[in-house]
Amino acid sequence: MSSFEENFQSLQAGAGETSADESSLTVEKAIANLQQREDKGDRYYAAWWLGRFRVNKPEAIDALLEALEDETDRAPDGGYPLRRNAAKALGKLGDVRVVPALIECLNSADYYVRESAAQSLEMLGDPRAIPPLINLLDGGVEAAIQVASKPHLVQPYEAVLEALGTLKATEAIELIEPFLAHFREKVQYAAARAMYQLTAKGVYGERLVAALEGNDLQLRRSALMDLGAIGYLGAAEAIANTLAENSLKIISLRGLLAHHLENNPLESGLSDESLRIMQLMDQLL
Amino acid sequence: MVSTEKVKGLIQEVEGADSSDKLLDAVKALAAVRHEAAIPTLIDVLRYNNPGAAVAAVDGLIDIGQAAVTPLLDNLDGYNYGARAWATRALAGIGDPRALGLLVEAAITDFSLSVRRAAARGLGNIIWSKVPDEEIESKQKQVLDTLLQVAQDPEWVVRYAAVVGLQNLALSVVSSNSGLVQQIIGQFSEMSINDPEIAVRARVKMALEGIGNRGREKEEKLMTNN
Repeated sequence: MSSFEENFQSLQAGAGETSADESSLTVEKAIANLQQREDKGDRYYAAWWLGRFRVNKPEAIDALLEALEDETDRAPDGGYPLRRNAAKALGKLGDVRVVPALIECLNSADYYVRESAAQSLEMLGDPRAIPPLINLLDGGVEAAIQVASKPHLVQPYEAVLEALGTLKATEAIELIEPFLAHFREKVQYAAARAMYQLTAKGVYGERLVAALEGNDLQLRRSALMDLGAIGYLGAAEAIANTLAENSLKIISLRGLLAHHLENNPLESGLSDESLRIMQLMDQLL
Repeated sequence: MVSTEKVKGLIQEVEGADSSDKLLDAVKALAAVRHEAAIPTLIDVLRYNNPGAAVAAVDGLIDIGQAAVTPLLDNLDGYNYGARAWATRALAGIGDPRALGLLVEAAITDFSLSVRRAAARGLGNIIWSKVPDEEIESKQKQVLDTLLQVAQDPEWVVRYAAVVGLQNLALSVVSSNSGLVQQIIGQFSEMSINDPEIAVRARVKMALEGIGNRGREKEEKLMTNN
């Protein structure tokens, strides 16, 4: 999960701007709400809010770390809602001192805590997370089955594969590659995306391009997001032509452009690739 | 030009479509004939809450162009936000100055960033030859002031669209209103340093090069003519 993807997802949810409601807390009030124990709802909301507004004050981080060990807020399925929100928020605050605590969360009994922790460890970019993330791939693709009566698999494979790609875990290439054949498309895409990040081979980018031709709008959106996140230049025309909202296509192309400009800075002139991407973006306005 | 009879048949296909896919195909076929008789039906499609069909109808209305402007303005549905947004996109694509007031308002005040960005782009497409001489200067200033304001929008993609609008405005007035072009270049110089979004800074650079090339072409033409 990158800031690029957050941007993408908030747009997909239709939340283009910040509502007055979201801004109603103050930093002090949010930290106080997270520290109190009377109102679970206020605590849960405060954890989300501190991440949303990137409050990376030491007091906020300490309170979120404490919330990672909360026992009071339990979901009907035995999960830990507050821990999920706290783990998500800590990824957005950019402080690597929380990495060990998030690594600990990868062993949580709650699937969604493990998923949030994996996404946050990706955002924090700390290579210490690589071995414990690799552990979640134990048993390989054969073990990556659905949990009976739950909508999810035994591990948050998408988040784990994406994190390993972003963290440049080249030692995991052989473990990731088999997931290209997983029965869930989104897991395949996560594997293709990680393989592209780890090998820079166009064949993996093309895998995602092929997904833009599929019949399922949700999967096309997912591929748009992945292509934007990895900046695969060969996808530009396919992104512009796929059947999805222009807003999402523009954001995906922006990901390609930003990625390209990292290696081809504007100061040295506009490359033909940049011009090509911007011409496509112009047509989607 | 296809016959009015054929257009009537295509209209019936749109009206009788009983699935989303059939509607999309029927609207595409109707849009493709670019016939003025298709206008009321294409405008009607904007109300159907079917994004695929609406995109095809907007493209069709833009292709038809001038003749669609009055019906679009007359049918702006204040109570159906979706239809209004699609109509604004169609008017932005056509660039007729009769829609200028609407585009100015949409570019600044619409709550949807996709409408603001379409309107900003549309403001760069205004066909100045259709504006009476005595109004050109004031209307160009109005468009410039609007786009300069839109260039401060909190959403990067709206600022990006403002850059596209400003570039096209500069190119459309380059030989008649050099003061305006200078103001646009000034705005671009500022944005190329201060805009926080890399895609906007890149688009500003592309716009500056586009305007510069046109300026040079003009100079060269003058030299050879002399």
